[in-house]
Amino acid sequence: MTRRVGVVVFPGSNCEHDVVEAIRSLGGEAELLWHDEADLRGVDAVVVPGGFAHGDYLRPGAIARFSPVMTAVAELAASGGPVVGICNGFQVLTEAGLLPGALQKNAGLKFVCATVGLEVASTRSPLTSSCEPGAVLQVPVNHFEGSYTCDGRTLDALRADDRVVLRYVENPNGSLDDIAGICSEGRNVVGLMPHPERAIDPLLGSADGVPLLRSLLETAAVGA
Amino acid sequence: MTATVRTVEEPVEPEPLHRALGLTDDEVLAIEAILGRRPNGLELAMYAVMWSEHCSYKSSRSHLRRLPTEAPHVLVGPGENAGVVDVGDGIAAAIRIESHNHPSAIEPYQGAATGVGGILRDIFTMGARPIALMDPLRVGPLSDDRSRWILEGIVSGVSGYGNAVGVPTVGGEVVCDDTYTGNPLVNVLCLGILPAERLVLGRASGVGNLAVLLGNATGRDGIGGASVLASAGFGEGPEEQAKRPSVQVGDPFEEKRLIEACLALLDARLVVGIQDLGAAGLSGATSETASRGGVGMDVYVDRIPQREAGMEPFEVMTSESQERMLAIVEPEDLDEVLAICARWEVRAHVIGTVTGEGGRLRVYDRLDGEVLADVPAASLHDDAPRYDRPLAERPAPVPLPAGAATAPADCGADLLGSAMDTSWVWRQYDHQLFLNTVAGPGAQAAVLKLKDPRTGLATGRALALTTDGNHRWCALDARAGTAMVVAESALNLACVGARPLALVNCLNFGNPEHPEVMRQLSDAIDGMGDACRALGVPVVGGNVSLYNESRGSDIDPTPVVGLLGMVDRLERRPPGATLLEGGRLLHVGRRSADLGGSRWAAATHGGGRPVGALPALDLADHRSVCDLVRDLVADGLVAGISDVADGGIAAALVELVAGSGVGVSVTGLDGHGELFGEAAGRVLACVDAGRVAEVEGRCRAAGVPVADLGPTGGDRLVVDGLVDLDVAAVTFAWRRALPAAFATAAVSH
Repeated sequence: MTRRVGVVVFPGSNCEHDVVEAIRSLGGEAELLWHDEADLRGVDAVVVPGGFAHGDYLRPGAIARFSPVMTAVAELAASGGPVVGICNGFQVLTEAGLLPGALQKNAGLKFVCATVGLEVASTRSPLTSSCEPGAVLQVPVNHFEGSYTCDGRTLDALRADDRVVLRYVENPNGSLDDIAGICSEGRNVVGLMPHPERAIDPLLGSADGVPLLRSLLETAAVGA
Repeated sequence: MTATVRTVEEPVEPEPLHRALGLTDDEVLAIEAILGRRPNGLELAMYAVMWSEHCSYKSSRSHLRRLPTEAPHVLVGPGENAGVVDVGDGIAAAIRIESHNHPSAIEPYQGAATGVGGILRDIFTMGARPIALMDPLRVGPLSDDRSRWILEGIVSGVSGYGNAVGVPTVGGEVVCDDTYTGNPLVNVLCLGILPAERLVLGRASGVGNLAVLLGNATGRDGIGGASVLASAGFGEGPEEQAKRPSVQVGDPFEEKRLIEACLALLDARLVVGIQDLGAAGLSGATSETASRGGVGMDVYVDRIPQREAGMEPFEVMTSESQERMLAIVEPEDLDEVLAICARWEVRAHVIGTVTGEGGRLRVYDRLDGEVLADVPAASLHDDAPRYDRPLAERPAPVPLPAGAATAPADCGADLLGSAMDTSWVWRQYDHQLFLNTVAGPGAQAAVLKLKDPRTGLATGRALALTTDGNHRWCALDARAGTAMVVAESALNLACVGARPLALVNCLNFGNPEHPEVMRQLSDAIDGMGDACRALGVPVVGGNVSLYNESRGSDIDPTPVVGLLGMVDRLERRPPGATLLEGGRLLHVGRRSADLGGSRWAAATHGGGRPVGALPALDLADHRSVCDLVRDLVADGLVAGISDVADGGIAAALVELVAGSGVGVSVTGLDGHGELFGEAAGRVLACVDAGRVAEVEGRCRAAGVPVADLGPTGGDRLVVDGLVDLDVAAVTFAWRRALPAAFATAAVSH
């Protein structure tokens, strides 16, 4: 069974090679998908990586959501295929309507790059399926607009349906309900602000991103 | 040519244009001699920027020659866009440091942001992918409202540009001192890696080849930035506000696409030469590529995309609009070049052609149109004047006040004031992108995994990088002080297990027309040369920033060095400043209680100004200490480490304790002199009790003194007879210093 992960590249993306390196280090296959092509080339899963797609101009993700590749990503998501948005990718997925809510400027109005504790709040997602429930993972965040927000009804639904996937142990950005990551109603689309690909090697400080990306590869291997 | 400075200005004509542009009367005579006629306005503007202090190094060039620049692994030394060294496995590293002091004083956010943008272009111009930035910053005291505004703006600018352009900022410095109140220093260093065989130089060649301008349209921002801003000091009042339009405005998204497009062009071998547009804009890029290649160039002003209508040719030719590159392309490759640029949404326009016409740079209003300027390309930089400006006598030594011999009533308070956590700054920087950062900001030196740029595979080795400066040492004795700065840098590398490969420098000094400043510059260069020769480190590049003065007062001499090193076996993370429960704290190196030049002596007995004679530095001894420390760290014998430098043992203890939350009990120090003295060549190392004998044996074998200062552990920081503090209080004070300064400010406004 192949485990091919497509990693979307917009002009201004900058974490795409890191995600490819992380996926490959775990034995998966990864290839880059150019924003201008509405073709996922048969990949089993898609990661929308971090960075500053289109310079974050207007609003993070606001321009990227109109890229041709996002049509194909939406189709994969609709068919139940695993789609993960990391950081800027999470912002793109909320702008594209594939995930509810929005990411606002951090409380404190400063960019934050730091390794933070994440509690696995739900294992019912392609990104957390092989994690221990309640486990605390040390994973870096790196964002200016990472404060998750949504309306009350959406928050109630996220909680009631066990769709809050990861929570901050110490909230670095003012996110509602300490939310670090959520999944879609169908559970196959996940967005998170932290960067699991930055936590794959103890030499770099943490390997706690490994169970997250391994979950994705296992989901991809099972197929949509 | 060599010119001398006229002491009495003799006007050539009333209110001449050249003076408004910053050229002296003698310089205009030199231009007339080159051209055989009087220059027109456009030509004067081009010479004015190219012959500015910032671009021509006219006051410093004769001194810079004294630096050692050669070693077998040096592929490109000073004078190109960046220094390049061979780092093995067919990989080369490109490195450069630059100042953006003057723009940042006027407009901190854009000044710092465009400083980042400019240094990145210097690196990818060489064909290297930028992998790391560092930003040594110096501002006035945090108690000063304007200095806080400047620091916050600078940090936001580095963060806003560096993070978005996608290059991690892995270290730097934050120094706050009154000497920088009117003239902050923003230095930016960039490191890149490339396949060694792909090295590209900024040369035009091949008559008939096309000059293609990539990136941003040319606007009226940054006109004369180098000559107006960076080549004169600051006064006060409305004229400073009037300089604001001379500051460039940055667009990191444009730069990100430009990086990707240029590296793609180089990968495809579609350019024969490439040059960034930095200071002096198109005048600089066209003349430099032509003269390095020994050819001429014709440029057509109407082909240059302009942001607004009605721009004058001199504005187009001297604008410092950011995010632009000049590529020299063979005509048959043009379509492919344009296609790659289109993919990355980067503008690309043919603006000129390479000619053989006697190396002339000719500016036309349009193809086959009127000649607006016609000058020998090489004359714009090769023929810039060189000044052997007068050197003052060295200043008399400043004695250490007698009171400094008496221990302060509260050593604990002084100890807490000796170091501060800078994470408030670097948490705003992406310091992890590219998955290389083994040790990042806050470490003695950054450690970056070295991956093969062709395959992305790890080599099992790492590059190490540090920047250092110390204005107090250099103000007292520019030669010895600069040698101490280089020595400290080498020891910082040793603390992460690295050996030095190459040095770059950013020489931040005052007004070169002041003989005492030229003395400082000359001595600093000699001190740097002394240390580099003794430590076996070649200088591969540098930047000179003069006219750092405000209201007639020069900054303290501040040579900042960036040192690149190699970790030959990357097997573990470096220990960092930390303590073990149940370990021992060892002092490695020659002990000293000499307070000369120390932060403590300046603060408590100098009214903030440095005092005393610097402690002696034996560079051969220092090299032995560096070699020993590097091996101890590489062999995993050290659990925690801090070099002893600014702030002395006191600062090292604060960092070790705050970094671990573990206490220590130090005995046998020679009073407050040993606690606060800053003699070079020493580290504090925390060693597992079971390994003390082995470490001591290695020190003795290396001929380096070693002393056991006491046990580590517990919840108090104790220095026998001087200090007894709660670990939590030390940690709190260290962490709060910087954020508290900003928090207080928010309340008071």
